[in-house]
Amino acid sequence: MPRGHRGASANAAPVFSALGDPVRLAIVARLCKGGPLSTVELQSCAEGVSRQGITKHLRVLEGAGLLDSERVGRERQWRLQSQRLAAVRDYLDRVSAQWDRRLERLRALVEGGD
Amino acid sequence: MAADRIEKKIVLKATRERVWQAIIDPARFGAWFGVELDGPFVAGQETTGRIAPTRVDPDVARMQEPYRGIPWRVTVERIEPMTLFSFRWHPGAVDPDRDYAGEPTTLVTFELAEADGGMLLTITESGFGRIPADRRTAAMRGNDEGWTHQTRLIEKYLAHGGYPSGGG
Repeated sequence: MPRGHRGASANAAPVFSALGDPVRLAIVARLCKGGPLSTVELQSCAEGVSRQGITKHLRVLEGAGLLDSERVGRERQWRLQSQRLAAVRDYLDRVSAQWDRRLERLRALVEGGD
Repeated sequence: MAADRIEKKIVLKATRERVWQAIIDPARFGAWFGVELDGPFVAGQETTGRIAPTRVDPDVARMQEPYRGIPWRVTVERIEPMTLFSFRWHPGAVDPDRDYAGEPTTLVTFELAEADGGMLLTITESGFGRIPADRRTAAMRGNDEGWTHQTRLIEKYLAHGGYPSGGG
């Protein structure tokens, strides 16, 4: 297992969890196109979800480090933390590389004599 | 969903029986994977063990050494002899002070098929929380072009029924 793997996986788990919801995924998709956006603007990308519901989803994403927000006048503005998403992608890269190494060991085992 | 999974394909110059034994026999599995298992894999049951440096590659063994003895556990989903083996686990669950129970698991599937010159082994790991990312594209690492690509992937994902417009 590569150095640093431990920390990366501990960090990534809440992100996986946070993105495992279609409304939250839609919010992230919307913010990928541009931001910051207000709570009301983000509500429009999730049809049928109440203001209270959207706020709850935004808080989950914020808790996972995927968004940050600041109060502007009477509205809250939300912004994507793109480094966080990049970090998760790096984590997946490492998981993938780990499988490559495992498979080479499997190959050595089954193709070698024993 | 392509973005949600890691898929690996490898053609192994060995018989089906030999490859199957390498993935289903606890001692053989442990030898390449780098674990010491307490028992066999049984469908529907948990298999526990500990990380134990691989015996196949000394360099890798040195890298794994700091993790020696850390508990390792999977829950076996399916075993179709000579064809398919799958389990659920918490990938990279190597922090002994952390409780992984509430975190999402991924599903790891090993599938065997005939191929030219040997056996085709396909390994997929899926369920990473539907991460909308194509991790293989170097251009995606944080730059603008990458984010355009990222957005397209997400749109594609949503267009394929990711968003619950009609009870999905």
